[in-house]
Amino acid sequence: MSAYQNSEQMKGDFYTQKFEAGKRDGTLILNMGPQHPSTHGVLRIVVELDGEYVVRAEPVLGYLHRMHEKMGETQTWGGFIPNMGRVDYGHPMAWNWAYCGAVEKLMGIEVPERAELLRVIMTELNRLTSHLLWWGAYILDLGAFTPIMYAFDDREMLLDILQRPTASRLTYSNFRVGGLQMDVDDKCIEMIKAFIPHFRKRLPMYKDLVTDNLILRRRIEDIGIIDQDMCRRYGCTGPVLRGAGVAYDVRRAEPYSVYDRFDFEIPTQTSACSAGRYLVRVAEMEQSMRIIEQAIEMLPSAQGGYIVDKAPKPAMKPPVGEAYFCVEGGRGKVGVYVVSDGSKTPYRVKLRAPGFSNLSAFAEAATGTLIADAVAILGSLDLIIPEIDR
Amino acid sequence: MNTFRKHVIQPIIDCWSLIVGLKITGKYFCKPLITVHYPREVIDSENLSTYGGHVELIGKPKDPATPKCISCMMCVTNCPSGCLTVVKSKAPKPTADQEAAWKAAEEAGEKVEKPKAPKNPAKFIYDYTKCSLCGTCIENCPAKSLRFSNNIYWVATSRAEMKIDLLARLKGQAAEVSAPAHAPKSEASAPAEKEA
Amino acid sequence: MSAFVQQLLVLIVAAVAAMIWLGINALVWVYCERKFAGHIQRRPGPFEVGPHGALQPLIDGLKLMGKQLLTPDNADAILYWLAPILSMLPVLLLFLPIPYGPVLTGMDVNLGLLLILAFSSFNGLAVLLAGWSSNNKWGLLGAARAVSQTVAYEIPLLLVVLAVTFMTGTLSLTEITNMQAGHIGNWFIWKQPLAFLIFLVAMFGETNRAPFDLAEAESELTAGFHTEYSSMGFGLFFMAEYGYMVVMCSVCSVLFLGGYHGPFPGVDGWWWMLLKTFALLSFMVWVRWTYPRVRFDQLLNINWKWLLPLATFNLLATALILKL
Ligand code: SF4
Ligand code: SF4
Repeated sequence: MSAYQNSEQMKGDFYTQKFEAGKRDGTLILNMGPQHPSTHGVLRIVVELDGEYVVRAEPVLGYLHRMHEKMGETQTWGGFIPNMGRVDYGHPMAWNWAYCGAVEKLMGIEVPERAELLRVIMTELNRLTSHLLWWGAYILDLGAFTPIMYAFDDREMLLDILQRPTASRLTYSNFRVGGLQMDVDDKCIEMIKAFIPHFRKRLPMYKDLVTDNLILRRRIEDIGIIDQDMCRRYGCTGPVLRGAGVAYDVRRAEPYSVYDRFDFEIPTQTSACSAGRYLVRVAEMEQSMRIIEQAIEMLPSAQGGYIVDKAPKPAMKPPVGEAYFCVEGGRGKVGVYVVSDGSKTPYRVKLRAPGFSNLSAFAEAATGTLIADAVAILGSLDLIIPEIDR
Repeated sequence: MNTFRKHVIQPIIDCWSLIVGLKITGKYFCKPLITVHYPREVIDSENLSTYGGHVELIGKPKDPATPKCISCMMCVTNCPSGCLTVVKSKAPKPTADQEAAWKAAEEAGEKVEKPKAPKNPAKFIYDYTKCSLCGTCIENCPAKSLRFSNNIYWVATSRAEMKIDLLARLKGQAAEVSAPAHAPKSEASAPAEKEA
Repeated sequence: MSAFVQQLLVLIVAAVAAMIWLGINALVWVYCERKFAGHIQRRPGPFEVGPHGALQPLIDGLKLMGKQLLTPDNADAILYWLAPILSMLPVLLLFLPIPYGPVLTGMDVNLGLLLILAFSSFNGLAVLLAGWSSNNKWGLLGAARAVSQTVAYEIPLLLVVLAVTFMTGTLSLTEITNMQAGHIGNWFIWKQPLAFLIFLVAMFGETNRAPFDLAEAESELTAGFHTEYSSMGFGLFFMAEYGYMVVMCSVCSVLFLGGYHGPFPGVDGWWWMLLKTFALLSFMVWVRWTYPRVRFDQLLNINWKWLLPLATFNLLATALILKL
């Protein structure tokens, strides 16, 4: 024992010390993260290990806090939109939509039909990219290196498609209050039409290579049970909730925009384990494609342009009041609450990140599992750390 | 018997999935590569044409070296990140003779035709480090003088280089277009070109 | 006396040759693995250094050598640096008794198989030392995993080897090879198919290769036992891993695939041995880039609940058939 070991630094920071207080005999306290390969960013989890079994776990957040909510109070109403593209790099369009939807609600703007359909198409395409990213990264967490490359092969095509009407490839901020930034061109629609059959052909390959794989199934089945009761307690939404057997999807439960016109299913699984969440997401990809197909069919007969006439300028002044709008993001219910005091900047912007609630359930779900399972559970929650920390 | 089936027979049957997996990776092993092998290959220009790089100015159709910009400052005020700096041109300084002539005319009660300041901006500086590529400036430009460049090969080694003088860039582009002989392989030389 | 000197000379030459062979193998297989992985993932893999990136592993090795050797605070420096050496040295020894060709045998000992099995367990010790002495919690977890894994997987390995030796009655690898001379039908894979499968699976466990790479498991334990190692400390572990792979595959081809004997009479030679070993190595690489990693308890379950009973059954069946 050197002097260093007895010094203050060796005792760890506030969180470790707090955690250390309830330590059992013969256990090991381990910091997973903030730099750990499978926390996808800078999430830190303090775990107490008995052998390889997790006795307690506690996520420590805040390493990627960028004050998006506070920034909302200093930006103009329109100027806050680019922030929405950065909250969640996985499914930024859901956030775009939630914010624009809230402001539209506040200002009483009717979005033209065509713009709504385009929003649906793009958001669903974005959901596909989000799920593909999760899929690849999750399998990577479980130790297979190749599937992520195949997933990115398809994801790259989607990005090429989305690049045309948005001019970006990752942090989309193409939504505007009243519609969209740009219209799609014919080439883009053609590419989408070509992509869907291609992707349908790829899905069986994914199934054979990964979903059916004996090792993978043994790794994720019956691991990390987050049942309905837990979902209610922690406020889990999205695939976590649907994996627990609740067919709750904002697109169906509180249909916003034109979602009530589409015919799609809400995949659910009753197993409530990591495999359930996995299968829900995989099934959701097919449903997203169905929605896109229907939306593309409706597109030529849709009224209006890609943005409402006389769209508000970025320096708009919505009337005094407040509004809440929520959409179904790749990870769950994305909600934005805005308060206006009638000035050029929002009085308050509150972001409801689904990942935050989903992560809260981790500590309970991971208790008593092996450390490898903890990684599998963490991945199955589909965490995007920037969204959790905001 | 059921437990025997579940714990012994089923795993053996499931092992087939491992062979299926090997078959798939084996199949892809034999297929051609799909990555773009930069710098031996470059991304096709079709894809590149929709790429949204940093913001750049658009020249007048007849005079590609001068931007369409009318220095209205819409882009500057609306940019959420404050990355644009536009300096309006001043009117040319009148000579002493002109000034005297105007004064005389004014005293005589005539309306003086003073030369107006040119609308073109004198300076158009864009700080790429701050830009969030949101496109607000592009939408709000009344003169349609801004667009995303397709410059995917943009490289800078210092922060100062990230501040782009868009006017100089436009001039450079105009010169390149008007003198194609100097840049025979514009596609290939694009990455190496010193921007701005 | 002169016979002794001659023996000694042969041994020294063989040891040097083994060292070179090991170095070449590590370089070649690092390159091949990365190329294979690249093509499976539909990208080119290393491409810039040398033609098709062929010199990449060499440059990587040089880069590793150029790095600083770091000893973590509070690590047991002696054990910490002993571990990579301990992991590397036995590999050299392991190459000696393997018959690569009719005359290409470093040391034709009649207990060759035993020697290999005995010295290959050194790796477990080295990994334990590495993880334990580096004063890192991840390292410790990796070490604990590695030990229980190597110990467990050695048993079925021994049992299947025993089954083969029941048939041959010798532990000399050269003699085992010679018993499979003639044509492809004489290879032991046909007489011991179950043993071959068990050996194949246990081989992954014994060499810590994916999907059984639990000791490093970078998505769980960051890098497991070699988390703290830098420079050639890591390099030696890396080389040893490839060394063990080559040894295991060579042993497998000697035991089951006829060693240097061709599939039909008259074409015997070291190239067959090389071909078989490389085919097995490619298979290991292929598997690594296809499957997810198993969980630790599953890894042990596979061993204790499947491989061990099967290997025992195989041994008993072999004994019974031989007796009859
Ligand atoms: S793209 Fe957005 S951030 Fe960039 S200069 Fe234009 S308005 Fe400003
Ligand atoms: S670029 Fe457009 S918006 Fe900006 S100052 Fe010039 S004319 Fe105005």
